[in-house]
Amino acid sequence: MSSIYQALVKIVGADYASDRKEELFTYSKDLGTSEPLWPEYVVAPKTTEELQEIVRLANEKKVAIVPLGGGMTLAGLALPQQGGITIDLKRMDRIIEVNEQSRYMVVEAGISHGKITSYLHKHHPNLMHSEPGAPPAATVGGNLAIHGQGDLAHPYGFNSDMVNGLEVVLPTGEIARFGSCAVGSGWFTMHPLPDIGLFLGWNGTTGIITKVSMKLYPNKKIRENNLFVVEKEEFVPDVLFEISHLGMAEDLIATSSEIPPMMNRLHYVSIMISGDSEEEMEFKRHLTFDVQLSKYIRSGVGGIASVSQERSRPQVSKSSDWKKGGGFEYVGAIVPVTSYPECYRRGAEISGRHDIPYTVLGRVIGSCHSMMFSWSYAFNRADDLTVKHARDALHETDELVMEINGTIWKPAIFGQKLMMDRMDPGALRLMKEVKKLLDPNGIMNPGNWEVI
Amino acid sequence: MYELKFDPDLCLACDSNACLVKCQHMDIDQETARTEILKLCDGESSFVLQDCVTCYACEEYCPNGNHPFYLIVQKQEEFNLLPLPDPLVKSGIQVGIPFRGEPEIQEITGTALNMGVFSQLASRVEGRLFENLTIMSGDSRKMFHYFCQLMYLHYGKTSVINERLDKIIQTIAAHKVKEVVHFHDECFGTYTSYAPAFGIEVPFKSIHLFEYLYNKLLELRDDIKPLGYKVAYQRPCSSRLSPDKHPFVAKIFDLIGVEAADREYVDENAMCCGATILGQKKEGSRKYCAEIQKKNIDDMKKAGAQICVFNCPACMQTLGMPVSKQGIMPLFLSDLCRLAIGENAA
Ligand SMILES: Cc1cc2nc3c(=O)[nH]c(=O)nc-3n(C[C@H](O)[C@H](O)[C@H](O)COP(=O)(O)OP(=O)(O)OC[C@H]3O[C@@H](n4cnc5c(N)ncnc54)[C@H](O)[C@@H]3O)c2cc1C
Ligand code: SF4
Ligand code: SF4
Repeated sequence: MSSIYQALVKIVGADYASDRKEELFTYSKDLGTSEPLWPEYVVAPKTTEELQEIVRLANEKKVAIVPLGGGMTLAGLALPQQGGITIDLKRMDRIIEVNEQSRYMVVEAGISHGKITSYLHKHHPNLMHSEPGAPPAATVGGNLAIHGQGDLAHPYGFNSDMVNGLEVVLPTGEIARFGSCAVGSGWFTMHPLPDIGLFLGWNGTTGIITKVSMKLYPNKKIRENNLFVVEKEEFVPDVLFEISHLGMAEDLIATSSEIPPMMNRLHYVSIMISGDSEEEMEFKRHLTFDVQLSKYIRSGVGGIASVSQERSRPQVSKSSDWKKGGGFEYVGAIVPVTSYPECYRRGAEISGRHDIPYTVLGRVIGSCHSMMFSWSYAFNRADDLTVKHARDALHETDELVMEINGTIWKPAIFGQKLMMDRMDPGALRLMKEVKKLLDPNGIMNPGNWEVI
Repeated sequence: MYELKFDPDLCLACDSNACLVKCQHMDIDQETARTEILKLCDGESSFVLQDCVTCYACEEYCPNGNHPFYLIVQKQEEFNLLPLPDPLVKSGIQVGIPFRGEPEIQEITGTALNMGVFSQLASRVEGRLFENLTIMSGDSRKMFHYFCQLMYLHYGKTSVINERLDKIIQTIAAHKVKEVVHFHDECFGTYTSYAPAFGIEVPFKSIHLFEYLYNKLLELRDDIKPLGYKVAYQRPCSSRLSPDKHPFVAKIFDLIGVEAADREYVDENAMCCGATILGQKKEGSRKYCAEIQKKNIDDMKKAGAQICVFNCPACMQTLGMPVSKQGIMPLFLSDLCRLAIGENAA
């Protein structure tokens, strides 16, 4: 029995540490096209103190550690590139505080978005958070570690823009807090200093997020999805611009996909609105359709596909269903909203080349400040050729994002390299320095953002 | 290609012009009605083509069995005056394309129950009322092979119906079925009204769901416990193609002991659910749709309806939630019948 395993058992107890193959198996895969990569140990701490001890141990032994939340990122980001210890954070899932009137909640970062949604629904029905469209097991920490976005991205931006305070275990095992919680006991603001943007979006390579204060927002009583459809992709940016001018939508997404046929070569803009009364809803529908979008309807080039359809949260992609075998992975890019037409056309081309029904989606972030555009590629897990096609398509899409001057969102290792090849040398140098300073032994999710 | 059997002489001799005079969505006096329908007969355009919301009702209003609605739709296509914006037309046309492989065709002895494109509602057709029927199109992946296509009347696209319908008829016929009960009366209307009007041959006999339910309830009469509710019926647009079957609603109500709510929008004056009007390109369509839906539901409330029964799943999808928000329970008529014989509604 190895000394590392014994040390882990000592920290968390025998039930929560393992080096058994059958348990490591689960941690060697994710849902995407990545080849399996095996950790040597898996450990599931319950407290920050336990986590600190694990990190110290890893530092001492110079063993890699990979933080794992829901493992839903698909791009192999929580697979151990260099073996070592996978730290499963799902047991760190307490809700520490909800401040209803100041609209924030403090949680442990291993909590799932699904748990937050159901907790708020039950105890604070007038509040909501921005829930990503991922399966509900996705965690808050994992989502912040990749700069995720949820169903309030249009009014409020990235989920990482909605952070009011952060606690992190640094690669050397110390704790650091940022935001008002670092000065007093309140978790009500991230700004002004101390606020160091060194942990959000870094795939856990600079530290492990343990506590988060998340902004909450008004949850209105009625919520509905309205669909507007256009045939010409060139219209999409303007449709989004018109709707965002109103500033009334909660979530604003444009999609197109080959399957089902009703969506093929058409662009559906999903406009989520909410209100506390039928009058409020009708007011919003009126301004959306009868005012902002009426020019499209009158000229016959845009139409209301549906209104008042209730929509459950979160909305999870069904495109893994397009091929037998239930696999899909996507490239996400952050691009200007005006890139939608090109992203769609080029994506459909790539899909066509790889015999995959195309599926694209663009979610507006902020007031049309940018868009998360995703190209999904379905594959059959049991058919190597379809997996290869999907993998090649993903790589081609990463290159496409670079070509059109986008940035790849949550890039896999291949995409990270493309990004670093083009990165401003000053920024790259600074990232290197920061990484060296924070993680002198290079144990944090190595392989990811390998700037050194 | 198939041609509409429309007799202009009937219109020339017509002394009511009821098709357009009775239209709920246009205010037309008889003289104008006569002028406009004759224009259409002569192959000319008319404002009717732009203002028609495609509610199907003139098919029923015409006392002479001419087909004014089919004529209007055909002319909308001819003059490129489609009621819906282009992307909705494209998406609508694509909806009907099967994309999950071919259906498995098995021979059906006895009477079949055709679910059309509502395979997901198979749980609604369980219990004693349906026990002797064999379900056809029970697999939602294959259901578009059974799609009657009549929906394209709302799109001003008889060409699409005429292009695809024959194949659908062949698929149903391949089951070697003699008699088919249609879950959706749009299918019934397709095979008993549209197809004959265009000279399309249908090699099976169609039975309307309500007629079937009525006869079945007669058989189970001893098990019926009168329900005692006050019920409104949301007539679907396609029921205008089979007005002779409409009386079965009242007959069923009598049998199961419910009272028809005394409404303004009833029978010939029924109000459409508005689903198709919502997206039409004519200015103000969305508002108009909301307005008629409100009038319709207010009318149900005023008449004291406790339940609103539906035949058409699209009407249910459109009005089910709004009526329930007004305290009226939405139910398929078949479910109401199941309640009457002591079964649970799906
Ligand atoms: C169908 C589907 C739809 C999706 N839709 C969305 C969407 O709408 N919006 C969106 O943002 N994402 C979406 N995703 C992507 C992803 O699932 C989510 O972003 C999810 O929130 C990631 O969280 P996780 O807990 O699964 O992260 P994991 O995959 O476990 O981890 C992600 C990365 O963060 C690191 N990490 C994990 N926890 C921590 C921590 N506490 N501290 C530091 N680093 C950590 C990991 O090592 C890894 O590098 C979708 C995924 C799927 C499968
Ligand atoms: S369609 Fe019928 S109602 Fe209309 S004018 Fe002709 S015969 Fe008369
Ligand atoms: S279909 Fe309806 S709206 Fe159109 S003319 Fe006939 S009755 Fe009027």
